[in-house]
Amino acid sequence: MILSALAFYLFAGIAVLSGLMVITARNPVHSVLFLILAFFNAAGLFVLLGAEFLAMILVVVYVGAVAVLFLFVVMMLDINFAALRRGIRQHLALGLAVGIVLLAELVIVVGAWAVAPEVAAHTAPIVNSAVTATNTQALGAILYTRYIYAFEGSGLILLVAMIGAIVLTHRARAGVRRQVISKQISRSRAETIEVVKVPTGHGI
Amino acid sequence: MANFLTDYLIPFAWILGGIILTVACLMGGMAYLTLFERKVLAKIQLRIGPNIVGPFGLLQPIADGLKLLTKETIIPSGANRAVFILAPMMTFILALTAWAVIPFNQYMVLANINVGVLFLFAISSLGVYGIIMAGWASNSKYAFLGSLRAAAQMVSYEVSMGLVLVTVLLCAGSLNLSQIVLAQSHGWFGVSWLPGWYVLPLAPMAVVFFVSGLAETNRSPFDLVEGESELVGGYFVEYSSMTFALFYLGEYMNMILVSAMTSILFLGGWLPPLNIEILNSPYLGPIWFVLKTIFVLFCFIWVRGSFPRFRYDQLMRLGWKIFLPLSLGYLLLVAFVLVYMGWLPKVA
Repeated sequence: MILSALAFYLFAGIAVLSGLMVITARNPVHSVLFLILAFFNAAGLFVLLGAEFLAMILVVVYVGAVAVLFLFVVMMLDINFAALRRGIRQHLALGLAVGIVLLAELVIVVGAWAVAPEVAAHTAPIVNSAVTATNTQALGAILYTRYIYAFEGSGLILLVAMIGAIVLTHRARAGVRRQVISKQISRSRAETIEVVKVPTGHGI
Repeated sequence: MANFLTDYLIPFAWILGGIILTVACLMGGMAYLTLFERKVLAKIQLRIGPNIVGPFGLLQPIADGLKLLTKETIIPSGANRAVFILAPMMTFILALTAWAVIPFNQYMVLANINVGVLFLFAISSLGVYGIIMAGWASNSKYAFLGSLRAAAQMVSYEVSMGLVLVTVLLCAGSLNLSQIVLAQSHGWFGVSWLPGWYVLPLAPMAVVFFVSGLAETNRSPFDLVEGESELVGGYFVEYSSMTFALFYLGEYMNMILVSAMTSILFLGGWLPPLNIEILNSPYLGPIWFVLKTIFVLFCFIWVRGSFPRFRYDQLMRLGWKIFLPLSLGYLLLVAFVLVYMGWLPKVA
């Protein structure tokens, strides 16, 4: 088991370090690249826990899609991040407050189990480790039965958010000539080509 | 410490040996894929192709490799050094990593993980980073435009590719690549020697997957990323020598990977073309697998020799307005048929 412990400290250490680099890197693109590294190591931690499905989904969704968009935005917008940094004094208090609240919540959640073990009874039961079903089957079996309303509800919220984003950003521009393929291929020969007999020396 | 040897060292040596063997085979295959492509394209265009270096031009890939090795690596002065060097390495390493889960026959697979399909999907979705990083770090507008196109293109086609994968795993009932191949070993209409490959019932999905694969690997006719007529050379304009070679090799490696994925998901992987005892030997498995992969690779090159490059809006239209509804509709159809006929695969 020494190998998995070593792997844990490797992944966790790199994740924490790259998390630090995200907020300290001078170049915003480097920040996003470190964020990707942090995601990647979190996926490694999931694999160590035996949650390979979650690990892969983390990579596909966060690294493969979300972070690409981050990178896109950071590269495209020519933001002067040095100028943004100058306001750090006035935002420091707010940032610290948010950080402290988050930390306190984490401590309360974990501390409650340590102080009063009966609290743990209120959480969802831990899946019996003797269950032989793979990750994917176990998740599917619980997601589509016990948590079906929460699952469908979150799906609906995402759908509404997507439609909202399209409605807010879509604008019909005037004067854009679009290619209508059906129009192009429905032309007949008669309306496109006319063969004329040109008398020599006269022109049309 | 006796069990240290048996518990760690021997499995480690086995895995390392497997990795070295796979990588060596891949490198060789990749080198000769470049020659194969040039030969096939030459035949399509009624030329002879490389035939000077070695018999039938067989030493051409070695000459090309040596040429690239001996050239100078140039790093543009405005480039972001670390990211500039990291980008080609990432492309190449990711292209190699994916091979960890590819089964060559029932027993020959480096990592037989339960989420093999998702692993491949995750790795192929990471491929875009090499390109974006290269485009950004080069500090050149052509490279940057090329990489932006690549990012949009790869993200778009991943969506329909994902839906195709869902269709396949609905039929197979597993995310494990070996299980998916084994699920294709039962024949059709109760005739056991017919190949039960998914290319028959899922033919439209196989086509969508193949075309998305072309787009995903930035191959012609979707090679807008490196569209030389408008972008000089696309995202790798600024790269030279081995850094360029890594991109180039990564592209071919991805091509082989997508071909291998197509043959596993739709052409029955290591299964023989006719399911009879003599062809079913585990030793023949890798041969069938390689033959199928070569067939798909030939299709890749055939497409390159036949079709002109897509325009960017046509590419996006094909991805979002045609492939996405088509694959979603087919997914619903397959799910409906499986449930209605009671053909859903039994999960343990």
